[in-house]
Amino acid sequence: MQSSATFAHNRNAYEPETSIRMFHAERPAEAADQAHLAHSLQFPPSAEESALRLISVSKAFGNHSVLDNISLDVPKGSIHGIIGKSGAGKTTLIRIAGLLETPDSGTVLYEGINVPLHQLRGKDLLAARRKAGFVFQNFNLFASRSAAGNIAFPLEAAGWPKPRIRNRVHELLELVGLADKAGRPASRLSGGEKQRVAIARAIAHHPSILFSDEATSALDPETTRSVLDLILNLRDTLGLTVVMVTHQMEVVRRICDSVSVIAGGSIVEEGIVSNVFAHPRTHAAKALIEEASHD
Amino acid sequence: MTEILNLVARPLGETLLMIAASTLVAGCSGGLAGILLFALSNEHFAGRHPWARFAKKLADRAINMLRSFPYIILMVLVLPLSRLIVGTSLGTVAAIVPLSIAAIPFFARIVESALSEIDNGIIDAAVACAASKIRIIVAILLPEALPSLVSGLTLTMISLLGYSAMAGVIGGGGLGDLAIRYGYQRFRGDVMAVAVVTIIILVELIQFSGSAIARKLRARR
Repeated sequence: MQSSATFAHNRNAYEPETSIRMFHAERPAEAADQAHLAHSLQFPPSAEESALRLISVSKAFGNHSVLDNISLDVPKGSIHGIIGKSGAGKTTLIRIAGLLETPDSGTVLYEGINVPLHQLRGKDLLAARRKAGFVFQNFNLFASRSAAGNIAFPLEAAGWPKPRIRNRVHELLELVGLADKAGRPASRLSGGEKQRVAIARAIAHHPSILFSDEATSALDPETTRSVLDLILNLRDTLGLTVVMVTHQMEVVRRICDSVSVIAGGSIVEEGIVSNVFAHPRTHAAKALIEEASHD
Repeated sequence: MTEILNLVARPLGETLLMIAASTLVAGCSGGLAGILLFALSNEHFAGRHPWARFAKKLADRAINMLRSFPYIILMVLVLPLSRLIVGTSLGTVAAIVPLSIAAIPFFARIVESALSEIDNGIIDAAVACAASKIRIIVAILLPEALPSLVSGLTLTMISLLGYSAMAGVIGGGGLGDLAIRYGYQRFRGDVMAVAVVTIIILVELIQFSGSAIARKLRARR
């Protein structure tokens, strides 16, 4: 189940001419891709090479077991996909990893914090949360705030002084290509713009891990591509580790380095994306790949 | 007509004082109580602790009990409390105490439901931004709920206006008292009509401004 190999990604699915590149001015599409190809990682990583570790995590709601003894190590600086059918437990998994939910048992560790994160309280818990950013399917922007106000919130929470917040928000709006929409109320942005604001908000406080729960599921294919390119670019430029839950195999194929296939609350298969795609061993993985090839 | 207007002036002032003071008290303490009720039941706040569920049940009982009291009986029951708080159990100032007590649970429920209506995803996002619980409430949840809170406060003020008509029972005066004393007891239909029309105008004014503010807040989004 856990084969170790070097990343050498097949990017046949990539179509530069149809994708929107937000960074084409300073980063040609090919450069981003080559940087990605040059990326060489081991999966599964050693404990020291992991940005995120889940050890024997279980969770049940009432009598219904959602996650059953899940362990996962995500390599630093990689984009790791968690894929499965709806109801497989992937959202619960990422919510536990992102400290939005508490597991019934098991341990979550981030690089640099040697304490099981769910034992933390108060300021320590907030400090651990600052190591992570979270992007949601429905964007979850604060309607009472502008685009800039949304991005400023984690910085206000971290106690940054106002001028520094202003500069950082400006920098982030530029980064996600929305400098002209700073004052716009969150609800008056398009879907793609909302998700870009949400991504800027999630990385504002310099987290080392970005969690994405179906971030592109509510977007059309073209906007999906531009958001995925943005995430890829952030990983390449900032060295972020990205963990993304999705039910779209296409998303995994497009930007993930490694993938875990989850079914019935367990990880049934995992490895480097090209390997899993080329030689799926479980029924769940085969079904997902089959489904993707019909789309 | 001047005579009638002179008759109305003082009770109008009394009514306005009673509404303003009790709205202020209920807005602050009812608001706080509403936030606590919400925090006791929401998973991201105290909701996951068994003690919170227990406390919430107790608070629900207390609020329901307070809200089911017929107002006129509540008014008599809190007489000793009025004496304790404002030093007298008679008059306009004394009438503010039962009005506030009736409005606190009412507004608390409104605040609780306004906060509960906020999408859970918004709270997830605020939590993921590594904000403290208090900051999430003050900087995100209350602003998110603001239009509903304004509508709810409008509703509270209008029902307070209704309750304040009974203030006459403890010598609180006000427009309702004027209408009963002159219209009902002295057969002065004209005075009663003016008093009632004044109350209607007050209701309209409160409703109009409340709706306008709430609309403006919503339009900015």
